Amino acid sequence: MRIGVISIQGNVSEHIDAFRKVFDGEVMRVQNRGDARCCDGLVIPGGESTTIGRALEMKGMRDEIKKLGEDGTPMMGTCAGLILLSKEVYVEERSDLLGLLGVTIERNAYGRQRESFEAEICADSIGKAPFNAVFIRAPLIRGVDNGVKVLAEYDGRPVAVREKNILGLSFHPELSEDLRFQKLFLKMVKG
Amino acid sequence: MKLEDLRHGTELLKRGFAKMQKGGVIMDVINVEQAMIAEDAGAVAVMALHAVPADIRKMGGVARMADPAIIEAIMDALTIPVMAKVRIGHFVEAEILEALGVDMIDESEVLTPVDEHHIDKRGFNIPFVCGARDLGEALRRIDEGAAMVRTKGEAGTGDVKEAVRHMKIILGEIRSLKGKDEEELHDAAKRLVSPYEIVFETARLQRLPVVNFAAGGIATPADAALMMKLGADGIFVGSGIFKSEDPQNMANAIVEAVNNYDNPSKLAEISKGLGGAMKGIDVGTLPSGEMLQTRGM
Repeated sequence: MRIGVISIQGNVSEHIDAFRKVFDGEVMRVQNRGDARCCDGLVIPGGESTTIGRALEMKGMRDEIKKLGEDGTPMMGTCAGLILLSKEVYVEERSDLLGLLGVTIERNAYGRQRESFEAEICADSIGKAPFNAVFIRAPLIRGVDNGVKVLAEYDGRPVAVREKNILGLSFHPELSEDLRFQKLFLKMVKG
Repeated sequence: MKLEDLRHGTELLKRGFAKMQKGGVIMDVINVEQAMIAEDAGAVAVMALHAVPADIRKMGGVARMADPAIIEAIMDALTIPVMAKVRIGHFVEAEILEALGVDMIDESEVLTPVDEHHIDKRGFNIPFVCGARDLGEALRRIDEGAAMVRTKGEAGTGDVKEAVRHMKIILGEIRSLKGKDEEELHDAAKRLVSPYEIVFETARLQRLPVVNFAAGGIATPADAALMMKLGADGIFVGSGIFKSEDPQNMANAIVEAVNNYDNPSKLAEISKGLGGAMKGIDVGTLPSGEMLQTRGM
């Protein structure tokens, strides 16, 4: 089996390192059109969503990833990756969204870097122990469609959601030592 | 929300923010109009300052933090992070920028230093980036709390030679730490005038413990790709964009070059018909008194 990490911009190597610790298959960088098709699961990392979105479009990778997502390939998006997976960004005109996850996102709603924070969250799907989540200029999940399952909340708002084959996290699991969200995603990939 | 469980300004958050910039281009801008061009081009962040380095060089005099009104206007206009520069050692300028809410502070040799000591950056909630010419400088800045390092290069020249030199020195010195035992690493720490713990960590990781960008003299897509190929985690472009003939095109091209730095035929396409790059100054002709890189060691 093969996990692909979209390697355009952002926190790519940390995702690769994290998956290598818990996954015995191959972890590859997805950099060009065609790469994504060779993967059993795709990760869209954090970074700057406008930068990654623009580059995916220019490299002709956006439609390919969208099609794979619609056809059932498991995908995990963190922070900027969550934004790109979403169907809508509040008060922004975005043509770069993949629209695979029925959530409305508000960018920078938790504040600027000064307001970035670490906090404990709980998610039954990864076990009872609290998880130290790292939120960096995090996107807020303002609303979720029917069919989207909220896996974890913080301050009464969803921070981890799943809709069928798509997992969206507004924080950075690759920056925590705790690898339970990677394991959760691997379970989705392995079916 | 349990406030006692909420943590701000941790090392993980500061270094984490810097990591989110990896593979990106951070552009110097002096007003909202330039900032919008940068954001449209796909910059990961902008650096707000009162004049680009090439003009700071030309104007002479004391170069200071930009007008907070302009920085704030840029912050309001963009959705991407906004950084700003302070003078080396000027911790009050840094406190002002923190109060303003900029996302990262560049304690920069491009502005006129006020102290031979750098700011103690550990006490701030927002992350700092600092310039370095060699591994010792880089590790001392990290010890002071920098969450990101960049080469100093020679800002405002459009000559990438010094950035190349500094990146090669830093990466070469890291390689030379490989395989050294504890005693040898203690010797290295003395030679580098840096704390042993950070030298040890760097030797073990075989890279800097923070993100390492290239800056100082990058003026073309090929320059940006060169720095990425040499091992930079990302790029700062100062005068190179807004001192070129066609800033919008140059900004687009440099971002695209960083996305495709490993693909020469793509780089050839990107480099076509951009109009003139900034005229620049051959660093070799600069009198040593006009070098910015020797400030703050």
